[in-house]
Amino acid sequence: MPITINGSPTPVPDDPRVSLLDLLREHLHLSGAKKGCNQGACGACTVLVDGHERILSCLALAVQYEGRSITSIEGLGANGALHPLQQKFVDHDGFQCGYCTPGQICSAVGMAAELKRGVPSNVTADFAAEVIALTPDELRERMSGNLCRCGAYNGIVAAIGEEYAEVAR
Amino acid sequence: MTPFTFARAADAAQAVALGAHPQARYLGGGTNLVDLMRETIEKPASLVDVSGLSSTIEERDDGSLLIGAAARNTAVAEHRAVRTRFPVLSRAIVAGASAQIRNMATVGGNLLQRTRCNYFYDDEGSRCNKRTPGQGCDAVDGFNRIHAILGASPACVATHPSDLCVALAALGAIVHLQGTTGTRTLPLTDLHRLPEDHPERDTMLAPGELITAIALPALDFAAQSTYRKVRDRASYAFALVSVAAALDIEDGTIRDVRLALGGVAHKPWRAWRAEELLKGQPANTDAFMAAADAELHDAKPLRDNGFKIDLAKRTLVAVLGSLTQQATKGASA
Repeated sequence: MPITINGSPTPVPDDPRVSLLDLLREHLHLSGAKKGCNQGACGACTVLVDGHERILSCLALAVQYEGRSITSIEGLGANGALHPLQQKFVDHDGFQCGYCTPGQICSAVGMAAELKRGVPSNVTADFAAEVIALTPDELRERMSGNLCRCGAYNGIVAAIGEEYAEVAR
Repeated sequence: MTPFTFARAADAAQAVALGAHPQARYLGGGTNLVDLMRETIEKPASLVDVSGLSSTIEERDDGSLLIGAAARNTAVAEHRAVRTRFPVLSRAIVAGASAQIRNMATVGGNLLQRTRCNYFYDDEGSRCNKRTPGQGCDAVDGFNRIHAILGASPACVATHPSDLCVALAALGAIVHLQGTTGTRTLPLTDLHRLPEDHPERDTMLAPGELITAIALPALDFAAQSTYRKVRDRASYAFALVSVAAALDIEDGTIRDVRLALGGVAHKPWRAWRAEELLKGQPANTDAFMAAADAELHDAKPLRDNGFKIDLAKRTLVAVLGSLTQQATKGASA
Protein backbone atom coordinates (compact mmCIF):
# COMPACT_ATOMS: atom_id res chain seq x y z
CA MET A 1 0.00 0.00 0.00
CA PRO A 2 1.39 3.44 -0.87
CA ILE A 3 1.68 6.51 1.34
CA THR A 4 -0.50 9.35 0.09
CA ILE A 5 1.50 12.55 0.14
CA ASN A 6 -0.36 15.76 -0.56
CA GLY A 7 -2.94 13.69 -2.42
CA SER A 8 -0.47 11.70 -4.53
CA PRO A 9 0.16 8.00 -3.88
CA THR A 10 3.84 7.39 -3.21
CA PRO A 11 5.47 3.97 -2.94
CA VAL A 12 6.92 3.04 0.44
CA PRO A 13 10.76 3.18 0.17
CA ASP A 14 12.50 -0.18 -0.05
CA ASP A 15 14.96 0.75 2.68
CA PRO A 16 13.11 0.95 6.03
CA ARG A 17 15.74 3.41 7.30
CA VAL A 18 14.29 6.23 5.19
CA SER A 19 12.58 8.74 7.44
CA LEU A 20 9.35 10.38 6.41
CA LEU A 21 11.29 13.65 6.24
CA ASP A 22 13.88 12.22 3.84
CA LEU A 23 11.10 10.71 1.75
CA LEU A 24 9.59 14.19 1.41
CA ARG A 25 12.80 16.13 0.89
CA GLU A 26 15.18 13.78 -0.90
CA HIS A 27 12.85 11.43 -2.80
CA LEU A 28 9.98 13.80 -3.65
CA HIS A 29 11.91 17.10 -3.57
CA LEU A 30 9.31 18.66 -1.31
CA SER A 31 11.65 20.92 0.61
CA GLY A 32 9.07 22.72 2.76
CA ALA A 33 9.50 20.51 5.81
CA LYS A 34 12.97 21.28 7.18
CA LYS A 35 15.68 19.12 8.69
CA GLY A 36 16.48 21.46 11.55
CA CYS A 37 17.79 19.15 14.27
CA ASN A 38 16.80 15.72 12.92
CA GLN A 39 16.23 14.57 16.50
CA GLY A 40 12.81 15.82 17.51
CA ALA A 41 13.90 18.98 19.28
CA CYS A 42 12.92 21.82 16.91
CA GLY A 43 9.63 21.05 15.13
CA ALA A 44 10.78 22.35 11.72
CA CYS A 45 9.87 19.00 10.12
CA THR A 46 6.27 18.98 11.38
CA VAL A 47 3.71 17.51 8.95
CA LEU A 48 0.10 16.38 9.29
CA VAL A 49 -1.19 12.80 9.27
CA ASP A 50 -4.69 12.25 7.88
CA GLY A 51 -5.11 16.00 7.60
CA HIS A 52 -5.08 16.98 11.24
CA GLU A 53 -2.60 15.06 13.41
CA ARG A 54 0.75 16.83 13.71
CA ILE A 55 3.86 14.68 13.92
CA LEU A 56 7.61 15.08 13.51
CA SER A 57 8.61 13.60 10.15
CA CYS A 58 12.28 13.34 11.22
CA LEU A 59 11.49 10.79 13.95
CA ALA A 60 9.08 8.85 11.74
CA LEU A 61 10.22 5.99 9.56
CA ALA A 62 8.35 6.36 6.26
CA VAL A 63 7.41 2.68 6.35
CA GLN A 64 5.40 3.27 9.55
CA TYR A 65 3.02 5.49 7.58
CA GLU A 66 2.14 3.00 4.89
CA GLY A 67 -1.49 3.48 3.89
CA ARG A 68 -1.76 6.82 5.66
CA SER A 69 -2.19 10.28 4.23
CA ILE A 70 0.49 12.92 4.84
CA THR A 71 0.10 16.66 4.29
CA SER A 72 3.18 18.86 4.19
CA ILE A 73 3.16 22.63 3.78
CA GLU A 74 3.10 22.16 -0.02
CA GLY A 75 -0.27 20.42 0.24
CA LEU A 76 -1.95 22.80 2.65
CA GLY A 77 -3.25 25.51 0.31
CA ALA A 78 -5.90 24.62 -2.26
CA ASN A 79 -5.47 25.24 -6.00
CA GLY A 80 -2.43 27.44 -5.68
CA ALA A 81 -4.05 29.73 -3.11
CA LEU A 82 -2.55 30.25 0.32
CA HIS A 83 -4.07 28.45 3.28
CA PRO A 84 -5.78 31.08 5.46
CA LEU A 85 -3.13 30.57 8.15
CA GLN A 86 -0.34 31.13 5.61
CA GLN A 87 -1.95 34.50 4.80
CA LYS A 88 -2.11 35.33 8.51
CA PHE A 89 1.62 34.62 8.84
CA VAL A 90 2.22 37.11 6.01
CA ASP A 91 -0.13 39.69 7.56
CA HIS A 92 1.49 39.48 11.00
CA ASP A 93 5.15 39.04 10.03
CA GLY A 94 5.11 35.56 11.55
CA PHE A 95 8.66 34.90 10.36
CA GLN A 96 11.97 36.48 9.60
CA CYS A 97 14.15 33.92 7.80
CA GLY A 98 11.21 31.56 7.21
CA TYR A 99 13.06 28.34 7.99
CA CYS A 100 10.72 27.23 10.78
CA THR A 101 7.56 28.54 9.09
CA PRO A 102 6.34 25.39 7.27
CA GLY A 103 6.62 23.46 10.53
CA GLN A 104 4.99 26.26 12.51
CA ILE A 105 2.02 26.38 10.14
CA CYS A 106 1.48 22.62 9.92
CA SER A 107 1.84 22.43 13.69
CA ALA A 108 -0.74 25.17 14.23
CA VAL A 109 -3.25 23.40 11.97
CA GLY A 110 -2.84 20.28 14.10
CA MET A 111 -3.00 22.37 17.26
CA ALA A 112 -6.38 23.79 16.23
CA ALA A 113 -7.75 20.28 15.70
CA GLU A 114 -6.54 19.23 19.16
CA LEU A 115 -8.09 22.29 20.74
CA LYS A 116 -11.38 21.62 18.99
CA ARG A 117 -11.40 18.11 20.48
CA GLY A 118 -10.75 19.58 23.92
CA VAL A 119 -7.27 18.07 24.43
CA PRO A 120 -5.88 19.67 27.62
CA SER A 121 -2.41 21.21 27.82
CA ASN A 122 0.14 21.78 30.55
CA VAL A 123 -1.33 25.23 31.28
CA THR A 124 -4.99 24.16 31.27
CA ALA A 125 -6.42 24.82 34.74
CA ASP A 126 -9.50 22.60 34.63
CA PHE A 127 -8.88 19.19 33.10
CA ALA A 128 -12.57 18.33 33.34
CA ALA A 129 -13.50 21.25 31.08
CA GLU A 130 -15.08 20.28 27.75
CA VAL A 131 -14.10 23.53 26.06
CA ILE A 132 -10.71 25.19 26.37
CA ALA A 133 -10.18 28.78 25.20
CA LEU A 134 -7.12 29.60 23.12
CA THR A 135 -5.54 32.11 25.50
CA PRO A 136 -2.05 33.42 24.67
CA ASP A 137 -0.66 31.07 27.35
CA GLU A 138 -2.47 28.08 25.85
CA LEU A 139 -1.26 29.01 22.39
CA ARG A 140 2.36 29.38 23.43
CA GLU A 141 2.34 26.12 25.42
CA ARG A 142 0.66 24.19 22.60
CA MET A 143 3.18 25.53 20.08
CA SER A 144 6.23 24.97 22.30
CA GLY A 145 7.43 22.10 20.10
CA ASN A 146 8.23 24.58 17.31
CA LEU A 147 11.30 26.72 17.82
CA CYS A 148 12.02 29.95 15.95
CA ARG A 149 15.62 31.07 16.17
CA CYS A 150 14.82 34.49 14.69
CA GLY A 151 12.50 35.00 17.63
CA ALA A 152 9.48 35.89 15.51
CA TYR A 153 7.25 34.52 18.23
CA ASN A 154 5.12 37.61 18.67
CA GLY A 155 4.12 37.55 15.01
CA ILE A 156 3.61 33.78 15.09
CA VAL A 157 1.35 34.02 18.13
CA ALA A 158 -0.60 36.90 16.56
CA ALA A 159 -1.11 35.02 13.29
CA ILE A 160 -2.25 31.78 14.91
CA GLY A 161 -4.30 33.57 17.54
CA GLU A 162 -6.21 35.52 14.92
CA GLU A 163 -6.81 32.54 12.65
CA TYR A 164 -8.06 30.26 15.41
CA ALA A 165 -9.69 32.74 17.79
CA GLU A 166 -13.06 31.10 17.25
CA VAL A 167 -11.98 27.45 17.44
CA ALA A 168 -12.82 26.73 21.05
CA ARG A 169 -16.01 28.75 21.33
CA MET B 1 21.58 4.03 11.06
CA THR B 2 22.74 0.46 10.62
CA PRO B 3 20.60 -1.67 8.26
CA PHE B 4 17.66 -3.58 9.73
CA THR B 5 14.66 -5.54 8.56
CA PHE B 6 11.16 -4.28 9.27
CA ALA B 7 8.04 -6.30 10.04
CA ARG B 8 4.61 -5.21 11.15
CA ALA B 9 3.01 -7.43 13.78
CA ALA B 10 -0.67 -8.25 13.26
CA ASP B 11 -1.19 -9.35 16.86
CA ALA B 12 0.74 -9.82 20.10
CA ALA B 13 1.46 -13.51 19.45
CA GLN B 14 3.04 -12.70 16.11
CA ALA B 15 4.94 -9.81 17.68
CA VAL B 16 6.58 -11.98 20.35
CA ALA B 17 7.40 -14.65 17.77
CA LEU B 18 9.15 -12.02 15.64
CA GLY B 19 10.63 -10.35 18.72
CA ALA B 20 12.27 -13.55 20.00
CA HIS B 21 15.39 -12.81 17.97
CA PRO B 22 18.07 -11.36 20.31
CA GLN B 23 18.78 -8.43 17.96
CA ALA B 24 15.10 -7.56 17.45
CA ARG B 25 13.46 -4.50 18.97
CA TYR B 26 9.81 -3.53 19.23
CA LEU B 27 8.88 -0.24 17.58
CA GLY B 28 6.07 1.94 18.93
CA GLY B 29 5.99 5.58 17.88
CA GLY B 30 9.74 5.58 17.33
CA THR B 31 10.29 8.95 19.01
CA ASN B 32 13.13 7.60 21.13
CA LEU B 33 14.22 4.43 19.35
CA VAL B 34 14.58 5.98 15.88
CA ASP B 35 16.66 8.77 17.37
CA LEU B 36 18.91 6.30 19.20
CA MET B 37 19.29 4.23 16.03
CA ARG B 38 20.31 7.31 14.09
CA GLU B 39 22.94 7.98 16.75
CA THR B 40 23.97 4.29 16.41
CA ILE B 41 23.45 3.80 20.14
CA GLU B 42 20.77 1.25 19.29
CA LYS B 43 21.66 -1.11 16.46
CA PRO B 44 18.79 -3.61 16.09
CA ALA B 45 18.96 -6.16 13.28
CA SER B 46 15.19 -6.14 13.00
CA LEU B 47 12.31 -3.91 14.05
CA VAL B 48 8.94 -5.34 14.93
CA ASP B 49 6.32 -2.63 14.55
CA VAL B 50 3.80 -3.07 17.37
CA SER B 51 2.14 0.33 16.94
CA GLY B 52 -0.88 -1.34 15.31
CA LEU B 53 -1.63 -3.56 18.34
CA SER B 54 -4.26 -2.74 20.97
CA SER B 55 -4.66 0.97 21.63
CA THR B 56 -8.07 0.84 23.29
CA ILE B 57 -8.76 2.48 26.63
CA GLU B 58 -11.26 0.31 28.40
CA GLU B 59 -13.26 1.36 31.47
CA ARG B 60 -13.87 -1.88 33.34
CA ASP B 61 -16.69 -2.70 35.77
CA ASP B 62 -14.35 -2.89 38.76
CA GLY B 63 -13.44 0.77 38.27
CA SER B 64 -10.09 0.02 36.72
CA LEU B 65 -8.85 1.28 33.38
CA LEU B 66 -7.04 -0.91 30.86
CA ILE B 67 -4.88 0.99 28.40
CA GLY B 68 -3.58 -0.83 25.32
CA ALA B 69 0.19 -0.39 25.03
CA ALA B 70 -0.16 1.10 21.54
CA ALA B 71 -2.40 3.93 22.78
CA ARG B 72 -0.79 7.23 21.86
CA ASN B 73 0.11 9.58 24.69
CA THR B 74 -2.34 12.21 23.42
CA ALA B 75 -5.19 9.68 23.31
CA VAL B 76 -4.61 8.81 26.97
CA ALA B 77 -4.22 12.42 28.07
CA GLU B 78 -7.47 13.51 26.42
CA HIS B 79 -9.55 10.51 27.49
CA ARG B 80 -12.42 11.70 29.67
CA ALA B 81 -12.09 8.95 32.29
CA VAL B 82 -8.37 9.65 32.64
CA ARG B 83 -8.92 13.40 32.91
CA THR B 84 -11.64 13.16 35.54
CA ARG B 85 -10.72 10.03 37.51
CA PHE B 86 -6.92 9.96 37.16
CA PRO B 87 -6.00 13.58 36.33
CA VAL B 88 -2.41 13.03 37.52
CA LEU B 89 -1.89 10.84 34.46
CA SER B 90 -3.30 13.38 32.00
CA ARG B 91 -1.26 16.13 33.61
CA ALA B 92 1.95 14.10 33.58
CA ILE B 93 1.53 13.28 29.90
CA VAL B 94 0.94 16.86 28.78
CA ALA B 95 3.90 17.97 30.91
CA GLY B 96 6.14 15.82 28.73
CA ALA B 97 7.70 16.37 25.28
CA SER B 98 5.81 18.37 22.65
CA ALA B 99 2.36 17.89 21.14
CA GLN B 100 3.87 16.36 18.00
CA ILE B 101 5.81 13.79 20.02
CA ARG B 102 2.82 13.02 22.23
CA ASN B 103 0.79 12.29 19.09
CA MET B 104 3.40 9.76 17.94
CA ALA B 105 4.58 8.18 21.17
CA THR B 106 2.88 5.06 22.53
CA VAL B 107 2.33 4.28 26.19
CA GLY B 108 4.33 1.04 25.92
CA GLY B 109 7.21 2.88 24.29
CA ASN B 110 7.11 5.59 26.91
CA LEU B 111 7.77 2.98 29.60
CA LEU B 112 10.81 1.73 27.70
CA GLN B 113 12.45 5.00 26.72
CA ARG B 114 16.12 5.25 27.53
CA THR B 115 17.80 7.83 29.72
CA ARG B 116 18.58 11.31 28.43
CA CYS B 117 21.98 11.35 30.16
CA ASN B 118 24.24 13.37 27.83
CA TYR B 119 27.07 10.90 28.25
CA PHE B 120 24.84 8.01 27.23
CA TYR B 121 24.10 9.87 23.99
CA ASP B 122 27.71 10.90 23.37
CA ASP B 123 28.70 7.70 21.63
CA GLU B 124 32.03 8.97 20.29
CA GLY B 125 33.26 11.15 23.12
CA SER B 126 32.23 9.66 26.46
CA ARG B 127 32.38 6.51 28.49
CA CYS B 128 29.05 5.01 29.53
CA ASN B 129 28.35 1.74 31.32
CA LYS B 130 24.77 1.77 30.11
CA ARG B 131 25.83 2.00 26.48
CA THR B 132 28.95 -0.15 26.74
CA PRO B 133 28.96 -2.32 29.89
CA GLY B 134 32.23 -2.11 31.84
CA GLN B 135 33.46 0.98 30.03
CA GLY B 136 33.13 3.38 32.95
CA CYS B 137 30.90 6.39 33.60
CA ASP B 138 31.89 9.93 32.69
CA ALA B 139 28.78 11.39 34.33
CA VAL B 140 29.82 10.48 37.89
CA ASP B 141 32.58 13.10 37.85
CA GLY B 142 31.27 15.13 34.94
CA PHE B 143 28.55 17.67 34.35
CA ASN B 144 25.87 15.94 36.37
CA ARG B 145 23.34 18.64 37.12
CA ILE B 146 20.49 16.56 35.65
CA HIS B 147 21.50 13.27 37.23
CA ALA B 148 20.23 11.03 40.02
CA ILE B 149 20.19 11.79 43.73
CA LEU B 150 18.48 8.57 44.83
CA GLY B 151 19.35 4.92 44.19
CA ALA B 152 22.34 5.61 41.94
CA SER B 153 25.46 3.42 41.85
CA PRO B 154 29.14 4.08 41.10
CA ALA B 155 28.43 2.53 37.69
CA CYS B 156 25.55 4.80 36.70
CA VAL B 157 23.90 8.02 37.85
CA ALA B 158 21.40 8.32 34.99
CA THR B 159 17.73 9.15 35.53
CA HIS B 160 14.62 7.76 33.90
CA PRO B 161 13.18 10.51 31.69
CA SER B 162 9.46 9.67 31.65
CA ASP B 163 6.75 11.86 33.17
CA LEU B 164 3.99 9.38 32.40
CA CYS B 165 5.75 6.66 34.41
CA VAL B 166 5.89 8.85 37.51
CA ALA B 167 2.11 9.15 37.45
CA LEU B 168 1.76 5.41 36.79
CA ALA B 169 4.03 4.66 39.76
CA ALA B 170 1.88 6.81 42.04
CA LEU B 171 -1.30 5.17 40.76
CA GLY B 172 0.02 1.64 41.35
CA ALA B 173 -0.33 0.74 37.68
CA ILE B 174 0.04 -2.88 36.59
CA VAL B 175 1.98 -3.71 33.43
CA HIS B 176 0.68 -6.57 31.29
CA LEU B 177 3.39 -8.55 29.53
CA GLN B 178 3.50 -11.25 26.90
CA GLY B 179 6.43 -13.48 25.98
CA THR B 180 6.89 -16.64 23.99
CA THR B 181 6.13 -18.72 27.09
CA GLY B 182 2.99 -16.89 28.18
CA THR B 183 1.69 -13.78 29.86
CA ARG B 184 2.33 -12.18 33.24
CA THR B 185 1.79 -8.92 35.06
CA LEU B 186 4.24 -6.72 36.94
CA PRO B 187 3.61 -3.64 39.10
CA LEU B 188 4.99 -0.59 37.28
CA THR B 189 7.18 0.08 40.32
CA ASP B 190 8.87 -3.30 39.72
CA LEU B 191 9.28 -2.86 35.96
CA HIS B 192 12.24 -0.49 36.09
CA ARG B 193 15.32 -1.27 38.15
CA LEU B 194 18.09 0.57 39.93
CA PRO B 195 21.40 0.53 38.07
CA GLU B 196 23.60 -1.35 40.58
CA ASP B 197 26.35 -3.10 38.60
CA HIS B 198 24.23 -3.54 35.48
CA PRO B 199 23.04 -0.16 34.21
CA GLU B 200 22.75 -1.63 30.71
CA ARG B 201 19.55 -3.25 31.97
CA ASP B 202 16.81 -0.63 32.37
CA THR B 203 13.99 -3.01 33.24
CA MET B 204 13.08 -6.44 34.57
CA LEU B 205 11.64 -7.52 31.22
CA ALA B 206 12.78 -10.91 29.96
CA PRO B 207 14.41 -10.88 26.52
CA GLY B 208 11.74 -10.52 23.86
CA GLU B 209 8.97 -9.79 26.36
CA LEU B 210 6.34 -7.34 25.06
CA ILE B 211 4.30 -4.81 27.02
CA THR B 212 0.71 -5.33 25.86
CA ALA B 213 -1.29 -3.10 28.24
CA ILE B 214 -1.18 -1.01 31.39
CA ALA B 215 -3.94 -1.32 33.99
CA LEU B 216 -4.87 1.45 36.42
CA PRO B 217 -6.54 -0.18 39.43
CA ALA B 218 -9.60 1.59 40.80
CA LEU B 219 -8.57 4.37 43.16
CA ASP B 220 -11.36 6.73 44.17
CA PHE B 221 -9.16 9.46 45.58
CA ALA B 222 -7.09 9.61 42.40
CA ALA B 223 -9.73 12.12 41.28
CA GLN B 224 -7.82 14.42 43.67
CA SER B 225 -4.44 14.07 42.08
CA THR B 226 -1.97 16.22 40.24
CA TYR B 227 1.48 16.39 38.70
CA ARG B 228 4.05 19.14 39.02
CA LYS B 229 7.18 19.29 36.91
CA VAL B 230 10.14 21.58 37.55
CA ARG B 231 12.43 22.13 34.59
CA ASP B 232 14.88 24.58 33.05
CA ARG B 233 12.33 26.14 30.70
CA ALA B 234 8.57 26.50 30.91
CA SER B 235 7.79 23.85 28.32
CA TYR B 236 9.33 21.05 26.26
CA ALA B 237 12.16 20.05 28.60
CA PHE B 238 12.89 17.03 30.75
CA ALA B 239 12.23 17.23 34.47
CA LEU B 240 14.84 18.31 36.97
CA VAL B 241 12.37 17.12 39.57
CA SER B 242 8.73 16.16 39.29
CA VAL B 243 6.07 15.01 41.73
CA ALA B 244 2.95 12.93 41.12
CA ALA B 245 0.53 12.93 44.02
CA ALA B 246 -2.96 11.86 45.03
CA LEU B 247 -4.38 12.81 48.41
CA ASP B 248 -7.37 11.57 50.42
CA ILE B 249 -8.23 13.87 53.32
CA GLU B 250 -11.04 13.54 55.84
CA ASP B 251 -11.63 16.22 58.48
CA GLY B 252 -8.14 17.57 58.02
CA THR B 253 -6.50 14.15 58.45
CA ILE B 254 -4.68 12.27 55.72
CA ARG B 255 -6.56 9.03 55.15
CA ASP B 256 -4.49 7.89 52.20
CA VAL B 257 -1.83 9.30 49.90
CA ARG B 258 0.13 8.34 46.80
CA LEU B 259 3.44 9.97 45.94
CA ALA B 260 6.09 9.45 43.30
CA LEU B 261 9.10 11.48 42.17
CA GLY B 262 10.58 11.90 38.71
CA GLY B 263 13.98 13.17 37.59
CA VAL B 264 15.71 11.86 40.70
CA ALA B 265 16.53 8.20 40.03
CA HIS B 266 17.14 5.44 37.50
CA LYS B 267 13.46 4.56 37.84
CA PRO B 268 10.23 6.38 38.65
CA TRP B 269 10.60 6.79 42.42
CA ARG B 270 7.57 5.79 44.44
CA ALA B 271 7.85 7.64 47.75
CA TRP B 272 6.79 4.73 49.95
CA ARG B 273 8.47 6.13 53.05
CA ALA B 274 6.75 9.49 52.82
CA GLU B 275 3.40 7.84 52.16
CA GLU B 276 3.68 5.67 55.29
CA LEU B 277 4.63 8.65 57.44
CA LEU B 278 1.76 10.78 56.16
CA LYS B 279 -1.10 8.33 56.67
CA GLY B 280 -3.13 9.34 59.71
CA GLN B 281 -1.29 12.64 60.10
CA PRO B 282 -2.89 16.07 59.96
CA ALA B 283 -2.71 17.55 56.47
CA ASN B 284 -0.40 20.44 57.27
CA THR B 285 2.97 21.80 56.22
CA ASP B 286 4.83 20.32 59.21
CA ALA B 287 3.68 16.81 58.33
CA PHE B 288 4.46 17.35 54.66
CA MET B 289 7.96 18.61 55.48
CA ALA B 290 8.67 15.70 57.81
CA ALA B 291 7.62 13.25 55.11
CA ALA B 292 9.68 15.00 52.44
CA ASP B 293 12.74 15.02 54.74
CA ALA B 294 12.34 11.31 55.39
CA GLU B 295 11.96 10.46 51.71
CA LEU B 296 15.08 12.40 50.75
CA HIS B 297 17.07 11.30 53.81
CA ASP B 298 19.26 8.93 51.79
CA ALA B 299 19.70 11.29 48.84
CA LYS B 300 23.31 11.67 47.72
CA PRO B 301 24.31 14.74 45.76
CA LEU B 302 26.86 14.64 42.96
CA ARG B 303 29.04 17.63 42.09
CA ASP B 304 26.33 19.63 40.31
CA ASN B 305 22.95 18.31 41.41
CA GLY B 306 22.77 18.94 45.17
CA PHE B 307 20.07 21.53 44.51
CA LYS B 308 17.71 18.71 43.54
CA ILE B 309 17.44 17.49 47.12
CA ASP B 310 15.87 20.71 48.39
CA LEU B 311 13.96 21.14 45.16
CA ALA B 312 12.39 17.70 45.52
CA LYS B 313 11.43 18.42 49.13
CA ARG B 314 9.96 21.82 48.32
CA THR B 315 8.03 20.45 45.35
CA LEU B 316 6.62 17.58 47.42
CA VAL B 317 5.47 19.99 50.13
CA ALA B 318 4.02 22.44 47.61
CA VAL B 319 2.06 19.75 45.72
CA LEU B 320 0.64 18.26 48.92
CA GLY B 321 -0.28 21.77 50.06
CA SER B 322 -2.06 22.53 46.84
CA LEU B 323 -4.02 19.25 46.90
CA THR B 324 -4.99 19.96 50.53
CA GLN B 325 -6.20 23.40 49.57
CA GLN B 326 -8.26 21.92 46.73
CA ALA B 327 -9.78 19.33 49.06
CA THR B 328 -10.65 21.93 51.68
CA LYS B 329 -12.24 24.12 49.04
CA GLY B 330 -14.18 21.15 47.67
CA ALA B 331 -15.42 20.14 51.12
CA SER B 332 -16.70 23.61 51.97
CA ALA B 333 -18.32 24.16 48.57
